[in-house]
Amino acid sequence: MAVNTQTWWQQGRVAECDDLADGVRRIVLTPDRPVHAAPGTHIDLRLDLDGHRRKRSYSVVRSEDGGRRLTLGVQLAPSSRGGSRHMHGLQAGDVVEMTGPVQSFPLGVGADRYVLVAGGIGITALVAMADTLRRRGADYTLVLAGRSRRVMAYLDHLVETHGDRVRVFVDDEDVRLDVASLVGEIADSAAAARTEMYMCGPIRLMDAIRRAWATHELPGPNLRFETFGSSGAWAAEDFVVHLPQLDRSVRVGKDSSMLDALEDAGVDVMWDCRKGECGICQVKVLDVDGRIDHRDVFLSQPQKETYASLCLCVARAARGGSGSGSADPAAVTLHLP
Amino acid sequence: MTVLDSPPTTAAAKIFNFPRNAWYVAAWDHEVTAKQPLARTVAGVPLALWRNSDGRAVALADACWHRLAPLSKGKLLGDEIQCPYHGLRYNSAGRCTSMPAQETINPSAVVPSYPVVERYRYVWVWVGDPDLADPDTVPDMHQMDSPDWAGDGETIYAPCNYQLILDNLMDLTHEEFVHSSSIGQDELSEAEFDVSHTDRGVTVTRWMRDIDAPPFWLKNMRDKFPGFTGKVDRWQIIHFEAPSTIRIDVGVAKAGTGAPEGDRSQGVNGFVMNTITPETARTSHYFWAFMRNYRLDSQTITTQLRQGVHGVFGEDEEMLAAQQQAIDANPDHEFYSLNIDAGGMWVRRILDRMLQAEGLPAAAAAAAK
Repeated sequence: MAVNTQTWWQQGRVAECDDLADGVRRIVLTPDRPVHAAPGTHIDLRLDLDGHRRKRSYSVVRSEDGGRRLTLGVQLAPSSRGGSRHMHGLQAGDVVEMTGPVQSFPLGVGADRYVLVAGGIGITALVAMADTLRRRGADYTLVLAGRSRRVMAYLDHLVETHGDRVRVFVDDEDVRLDVASLVGEIADSAAAARTEMYMCGPIRLMDAIRRAWATHELPGPNLRFETFGSSGAWAAEDFVVHLPQLDRSVRVGKDSSMLDALEDAGVDVMWDCRKGECGICQVKVLDVDGRIDHRDVFLSQPQKETYASLCLCVARAARGGSGSGSADPAAVTLHLP
Repeated sequence: MTVLDSPPTTAAAKIFNFPRNAWYVAAWDHEVTAKQPLARTVAGVPLALWRNSDGRAVALADACWHRLAPLSKGKLLGDEIQCPYHGLRYNSAGRCTSMPAQETINPSAVVPSYPVVERYRYVWVWVGDPDLADPDTVPDMHQMDSPDWAGDGETIYAPCNYQLILDNLMDLTHEEFVHSSSIGQDELSEAEFDVSHTDRGVTVTRWMRDIDAPPFWLKNMRDKFPGFTGKVDRWQIIHFEAPSTIRIDVGVAKAGTGAPEGDRSQGVNGFVMNTITPETARTSHYFWAFMRNYRLDSQTITTQLRQGVHGVFGEDEEMLAAQQQAIDANPDHEFYSLNIDAGGMWVRRILDRMLQAEGLPAAAAAAAK
């Protein structure tokens, strides 16, 4: 597998955009320096959000003509960090600042069986993989889970293209994805140790699959996933960060990340991936009023439960329904010397 | 029939680019072990090669995901390789299985893993688009491990562009001048030759009838026919298969016994097996072997032939290195072609089309070292 992890910036023009599903826009970009985007790649865009330059990552759904046309699928997130709202406002002809394809979710070769699991908009990371597996003649299953058919992008197209290999689960039809049986079925199959799963979706779904995967003692490296740190246990809320050593408190709006808010407030913090993977921006937690919605994949589950630390780039404080009676926003006190 | 959708280039690029979508030999089978990783660069891609406990050969990019330290300097721990710098571990698919000082593994921690096929005593690697890697397209080198053939070979580390080696092998007129003490003879440049080609192959055929056997061939004839004297019919049939494998069907038979018509029973036959793997634009690994179809049980002859060809190819190596130096010292001078270059020029055209299909130029980037 070719893995391009190099990030370089270029301009791209919006060639087309239209609606894929309720709240999901299809955006076709034509970059200045086209490079074919392999399955699993994403591009980063630098967006101007409320006067701040923010980087946002979007999976490449389709790469055509050697990368001259790159298709993205963008869902308008109700608790958007601002990126999706901006993306939904793009018009044909607009110019965006973008990277070339970046690969951190490569599709392997040679597995006996592949299971692709898409939760909601996570399908955008898996469409190209499914097409490639079909072309290869590989044994694969594409699992699509969503709240309702109206919001599930590419649903009809995928069913038409992949036929019996697609399994559809829709919450509002009461046909729900049962993670235990999905993973149990893999564990019981002859190809268990040589089955690879690729998943992209809400963090709660991915956490459940990760737990089931571990319970069945399936090989950890065969479970592949990608997250841009954009979903959590609860919807994003406004909250407050207290920094006693700096004698400051910073308010984090529901559209902003804690890291963005701290940087906007002039606090100098170290970070790298900005999507909850690397752990560089991990800081100690001194106190919490409410709950921590970690949203990262760096801390282990036991580490998350201790509330001892969090990753600034994706973690949030939340009332999370527990303190629904309280009018005060949730708060977290951090050790930031 | 090939339809020309773009005019073929006639100019011969001096530093020829190499296709990525192709099988190249990374190593002899015995070089790749379960004991320690082997570092080798194939078509510009540095690789760490080793064997799993089930014997399967593995090729990963030779750079740790973290800070790009070469994995080939690391240790093999079971079926995993451990980075020598910070101890990250990877399985044979290139997935990180262990990271220091954290309880989880970063999901993006992967190093590229490349398709590998083991065939004909070689480990072949595909560094291009893995979805195009079809094991059926590994070039035919079946004499390497056929029970009907015996022999052995070596690797030459050649400080030149791979295409110069292909040129060398596609025209054997040079034997008369470079190898005058072993296989060269005047008749080489006097004999006519035929060139034919397909989409992926070129064949150059040359017969020299009723001539004296040069020293190398006289010795081989006497191995099979003790005390042989007399004239021979000599053949050289060069088979190129893209991108860089050349098998040369060579031999001599007692003159007039029907070898040109197909009866080689009164002669000795060898196959010079050559496959060249570009390392960089200016360096190559040249894997060769000499296989014969007589006296199969004689290790003595195997050793003598290997040593003999080693000497002959040493003369080529010297010439190729000197040629590359002269090319680099004369950047403003172009190549000209002779009639004898027809085979080599067909090779260039086939490679040029492969490069065009990959969107790559025929000339390697000037900056490439």
